[in-house]
Amino acid sequence: MIRVWLPGHLRTLARVDSEVHLEVQGQATQRSVLDALEAKYPMLKGTIRDHVTGKRRSFLRFFACQEDLSHASPDAPLPDAVVSGEEPFLVVGAIAGG
Amino acid sequence: MSKVRVLVGTRKGAFILTSDGKRERWSVSEPHFAGWEIYHMKGSPVDPNRLYASQSSGWFGQLIQRSNDGGETWEPVGNQFAYEGIPGTHQWYDGTQHPWEFKRVWHLEPSLTDPDTVFAGVEDAAFFRSTDGGRNWQELPGLRGHGSGPRWQPGAGGMCLHTILPDPTNPERIFIAISAAGAFRTDDAGQTWKPINQGLHSESIPDPAADVGHCVHRIALHTSRPNVLFMQKHWDVMRSDDAGDSWHEISGNLPTDFGFVIDVHANQPETIYVVPIKSDSEHFPPEGKLRVYRSRTGGNEWEALTQGLPQSNCYVNVLRDAMAVDSLDECGVYFGTTGGQVYASRDAGDNWAPIVRDLPAVLSVEVQTLE
Repeated sequence: MIRVWLPGHLRTLARVDSEVHLEVQGQATQRSVLDALEAKYPMLKGTIRDHVTGKRRSFLRFFACQEDLSHASPDAPLPDAVVSGEEPFLVVGAIAGG
Repeated sequence: MSKVRVLVGTRKGAFILTSDGKRERWSVSEPHFAGWEIYHMKGSPVDPNRLYASQSSGWFGQLIQRSNDGGETWEPVGNQFAYEGIPGTHQWYDGTQHPWEFKRVWHLEPSLTDPDTVFAGVEDAAFFRSTDGGRNWQELPGLRGHGSGPRWQPGAGGMCLHTILPDPTNPERIFIAISAAGAFRTDDAGQTWKPINQGLHSESIPDPAADVGHCVHRIALHTSRPNVLFMQKHWDVMRSDDAGDSWHEISGNLPTDFGFVIDVHANQPETIYVVPIKSDSEHFPPEGKLRVYRSRTGGNEWEALTQGLPQSNCYVNVLRDAMAVDSLDECGVYFGTTGGQVYASRDAGDNWAPIVRDLPAVLSVEVQTLE
């Protein structure tokens, strides 16, 4: 079970009030986790990754285990602590004010 | 008894204001989509409880929300706006070519005949249509494919398609406007388009009378006479009597011919409204006086409407989608400001009062007159 922490606006959009729990088939990577997230909450399509390119939106970051994974390959395995559910995979909005 | 519903899009959410037909007391909703930019909301003319809203954010991109109960509840629908084919390039601020990139939906225009059909004007400028209530969007690429795209350029707000006016007497005809490309018309339901900018004059392009490149801020028409168009251009207030084939200036005695909004009285097609704004950079009312100007002669002769509006120390702007009229007798006129006020007049502009005054900066105002 993968735990995903979303920014408040996306929790509102997905109508969840806490972290999301996902079952991911195969290896847990950014891509497979986000695929599972969007399959369970289709209203999130396009809000984290671009519809066409699949790239992370530029004002979002991906953190886990006190590391910034934003620029890691989307197909790189996630840390063991994320895979085991010990640590969440965090989707974080950039600090941009406004 | 009639009711009026005012749909207000702001920098930080949407608000719905309602009143009975007297338009004296207004209720203001809690914010919808709090924290998101709501560039535009509009209801279907054939099903007034079917509303569409453009919700966007620099963090999370574009969403489209749909309501089937007049804005009580909403559901997100489709948000994929993909350009047809290779997007190509347009002119950038410095004159170089820049790739077309989708940024947001500026304007949603529900069909006059089908509540599930809605048009979207987007930045970077393109024209999209959904025929399934907003679930799926297809570009009608004939507009960008007109061939003049490399000469289109963004205005200060971006290269936005902000005005969509379907002709109520001819389902094949639609007028649109883009900053800064100009006005275009289709006579075949969006398959092909022609620029309709003859008579416009803009100093900011190499050929001031070019067929495209003009920063048109807004176009309006009266439904009874759709061949007559009124335009607030970056500078100049203009009129066309031949469906945009030619334009002539009607700025007349306005204190400045710069501004963003323009609209037409619901029951008097020669009565039009603008809000003059100072210069193309200061973007606030001349002399700190917020004045709506009304012409009862289709332009050239304008009167300042000031009763109830701040006449000192007022430095707000009124953005291009932020004026609308109701269809009651007498006609109500409404506009929102970047200072968060929504002003309304129940008597066609003679007297004004704020119906709400401390919202986030107002981006758009639409009005529904309900039976």
